[in-house]
Amino acid sequence: MLRLGRSLYRHRWLLTRRTVQIAILLAFIVHIPGYGKIAEGNLSSSLWFGELKLTDPFILLQSFFAGSSIAMPALIGALIVGGFYAFFAGRLYCSWVCPINLVTDLAYWLRKKLNIKGNMSLSRSLRLWVLALALALSFLGGTLAWEMINPITRFQRELIWFSWSGAMLLGALFLFDLFVSRRAWCGHLCPVGAFYGLLGRYGRLKVTATATESCESSRCSRCVAVCPEPHVLAPVVSKQAQSVTSSDCTRCGACLDECHEGTLSMKLDLAGIVAGKTKN
Amino acid sequence: MAKDKPQNIANLEDPAKRETFRNLFKKFGVVLVGSIVGQSMILSRSARAAEALRPPGALPDLEFDSSCIRCGLCVEDCPYDILKLASWADPAPQGTPYFVAREEPCRMCKDIPCAKACPTGALDRHMTDIKKADMGVAVLVDHETCLNYKGMTCSICWRVCPIRDEAITLEPIESEKGRLLIPTVHSDTCTGCGTCEKHCVLSEAAIRVLPRELGLGLSGRNAVGRS
Repeated sequence: MLRLGRSLYRHRWLLTRRTVQIAILLAFIVHIPGYGKIAEGNLSSSLWFGELKLTDPFILLQSFFAGSSIAMPALIGALIVGGFYAFFAGRLYCSWVCPINLVTDLAYWLRKKLNIKGNMSLSRSLRLWVLALALALSFLGGTLAWEMINPITRFQRELIWFSWSGAMLLGALFLFDLFVSRRAWCGHLCPVGAFYGLLGRYGRLKVTATATESCESSRCSRCVAVCPEPHVLAPVVSKQAQSVTSSDCTRCGACLDECHEGTLSMKLDLAGIVAGKTKN
Repeated sequence: MAKDKPQNIANLEDPAKRETFRNLFKKFGVVLVGSIVGQSMILSRSARAAEALRPPGALPDLEFDSSCIRCGLCVEDCPYDILKLASWADPAPQGTPYFVAREEPCRMCKDIPCAKACPTGALDRHMTDIKKADMGVAVLVDHETCLNYKGMTCSICWRVCPIRDEAITLEPIESEKGRLLIPTVHSDTCTGCGTCEKHCVLSEAAIRVLPRELGLGLSGRNAVGRS
């Protein structure tokens, strides 16, 4: 019993994260008798509890680039979503909401289990170029270019209305992450993550180090080993920074689960806003 | 300006600068090739097929393609489950809503829930009169198999039409087979809901909903002129 409790505690962030991810996924699928679905639509645009309209700002931006005028309901929905991620942290979306994270995390987990060493190295800035390309092509083609590929909404469409062509793309993505390149999709290619990263560049939710002395004495760097974007922790571990400031950090909490020294914690840095203002 | 010039050359000879420029050009190359490949992919994808009809209140095709954000809210709000979101293999740009009249026609709900659900302007959420909808236009495409042309007065298309006697009327003509009642579509009142196509008794419908630009003729400046 005690062991189970400890095991749960050591995976508290992972378990919470999976619960949130799966709850969001189920909200779009499960039909509650007498009520209907909690959320209608998909992650592109959705209606929650029959009232709250949310829209993905990146998809709306593509629509704008494609030459469409922006309608009010979509704009308000995008401002709510955009405001949330801009305030807290952009890539929260990647680790707490995006269903593709389930697929790529599974691929990474299996990659470690099977001890697959082969890795085609990709640049982490590649996703920014894919993002630029998606917007440029939306403009040139007059259509939502990334939505021809976007596995996020595709994943949802497949769950709600299954089709083989979509399942094949998800399979290809899984195999690419598993055999070809480590954390290729979420860490290097996906323009949605890149967009949310830029959007939440100054997000206030940060992984913060409180006492790095214990790190030094034990020479432990397990947080870096489990991090899906290991470069973001480098300045903290080398004591050059108090908290993770890189916009690549997805706030997944893997480092917090791994940190047995109690050095790292997730903090809402509101003082930073005031400090930032006085600086300006 | 004259002073700037030699300085620029000096910059280029700096190996670090040279490396930066090389990287930059490499990336521009990737973006250029990517844009060309991507754009040709976008341009070469199959267009919406004539049998894939848009929900009521939809913008014209090109504008619809840029405004629709593929969320499926209209599909979910259709009380008759007629609308579908296109996947890769379907006859419309993927993720966009469509229906096929011969399978299930639009029931022309008075409150137009599909259009109301649209968060962007792809479907006109302010539309109040479903009879003003324009999903296409019914066209009697086959005069050889249509039973009314054979003198059998089936008239099912006329009877099922939700705007009966306005969108479709039966026009009598005299022929060697006797008096024929010809189902005649009035394009200004037909909404293209597809009920007639759905209920045509033939194994392939003789009356079909087509996009207006495919289904209708257009007179020129005078009745027989091309332009």
